[in-house]
Amino acid sequence: MSAAAAIRVTDLRVVRGGAVVLPDLSCEVAAGSVTGLLGPSGSGKSTLLRAIVGVQKVASGSVDVLGQPAGSADLRSRIGYMTQAPSVYGDLTVGENLVFFARVLDASEAAVDRVLAEVSLEEYRGRVVNRLSGGQRARVSLAAALLAEPDLLVLDEPTVGLDPVLRRDLWELFHGLAERGTTLLVSSHVMDEADRCDALLLLREGTLLAHATPAQLREQTGEDNLEDVFLRLIEEHA
Amino acid sequence: MSLRITGAVARRVVSQLRRDPRTIALIVGVPCVLMVLLQQLFGRDSSVFQEVGTPMLGLFPFITMFLVTSVTMLRERTSGTLERLMTMPLHKIDIVAGYAFAFALVAVVQATVVSLLALGLLGLDVAGPNWLVVVLAVANAILGSTLGLFVSAFAETEFQAVQFMPAVVLPQILLCGLFVPRDQMAAWLRAISYALPLTYAYDALARTAANEIDDVWFAVDCLVVIGSIALAIALGAATLRRRTA
Repeated sequence: MSAAAAIRVTDLRVVRGGAVVLPDLSCEVAAGSVTGLLGPSGSGKSTLLRAIVGVQKVASGSVDVLGQPAGSADLRSRIGYMTQAPSVYGDLTVGENLVFFARVLDASEAAVDRVLAEVSLEEYRGRVVNRLSGGQRARVSLAAALLAEPDLLVLDEPTVGLDPVLRRDLWELFHGLAERGTTLLVSSHVMDEADRCDALLLLREGTLLAHATPAQLREQTGEDNLEDVFLRLIEEHA
Repeated sequence: MSLRITGAVARRVVSQLRRDPRTIALIVGVPCVLMVLLQQLFGRDSSVFQEVGTPMLGLFPFITMFLVTSVTMLRERTSGTLERLMTMPLHKIDIVAGYAFAFALVAVVQATVVSLLALGLLGLDVAGPNWLVVVLAVANAILGSTLGLFVSAFAETEFQAVQFMPAVVLPQILLCGLFVPRDQMAAWLRAISYALPLTYAYDALARTAANEIDDVWFAVDCLVVIGSIALAIALGAATLRRRTA
């Protein structure tokens, strides 16, 4: 394991409801980077992320996060996790949601203001979450993950359904956080997000097709478009 | 256990309920209507109303809080917020205790309003101290909500959660002594009734109504109710899983 790995997954096997989701997965995520976890819907991205944050039952293998086994009590104050479906309380306002999570995390009121600005939702503080659009709800959920300024951010499709300007702003935020030492693992099923990542993990049917930078992947496959890169990798694996 | 987190969970649950005034109105209003019906049905001075009225003040919060808590907790499970909380630095008991606190608070309102109505307007006579009726009603509510929390672990949908009410609550109501005094029950039924927490909650209220609170059995009742609440909280926390399939 390289000294700079924030996450190390070794021979991970996960079975959900009798179906093998991850047969035997090994990978690493470098500290202080933005790593994209890309793959089609159903490829096992969310399962892998759940295993990393320690809420997924695993059949075998190991997951180490920030030098400790995933799910350790000490890690809980160091990881920010955003689930795929916005996991916030629909009947509360944006502000009430964030104040609640801030209290649980022992974060300050100032942290609430900070994360609201980071996801551009300052004007929506008093709005009930159920009345917001899907993209706005996702941003509330993201804001909650940012509250405690964690060392590791695990974000499951944080930019789905957002307009291009917001998406660009969020990716800038992610890189700003990485520059300050945060490790980010961000999943997406849209290939055009891949170019925004320092490193990519390409996942398909629970198997890792590639782990490289976007530039390396282009060089390796001779394709320019990352969508084509992905297709080429699938053909090579078949 | 952290008071900060327990308090945060309790405040959040109360804010959620505040957003839902219709539910609050039902929680407080329905028992009032039922109490009026009971009094009108049997008559103000009838022995039935006078004997059943006081224990009913405890049964209402027990039933409503069981239902409301199990559905709220199930919602927390299915919405993903529970999964998020499980990745945060908190103890599982903080969540369960937070819920119990919040619903105890709602129960204070419910029990106070219904008791005021029954003891005042409806002419229910309680030989023991009136405040004790309210305290016991709140204890019933906490018992109901902690049982609801525990049971919600076994429900996958809201339909199932609602069905747990007749499955878990109705047998306890049938056997607690309300319909047939327990000393007149078949031996095997009485044996079961000893194992059900509502039996003791009912008995405590009946003894308050008859001013038998100096009786040692009243103390036993109270201890069993408190023990059952603690046990249900522990079981509720134990059935919350950090890792799920």
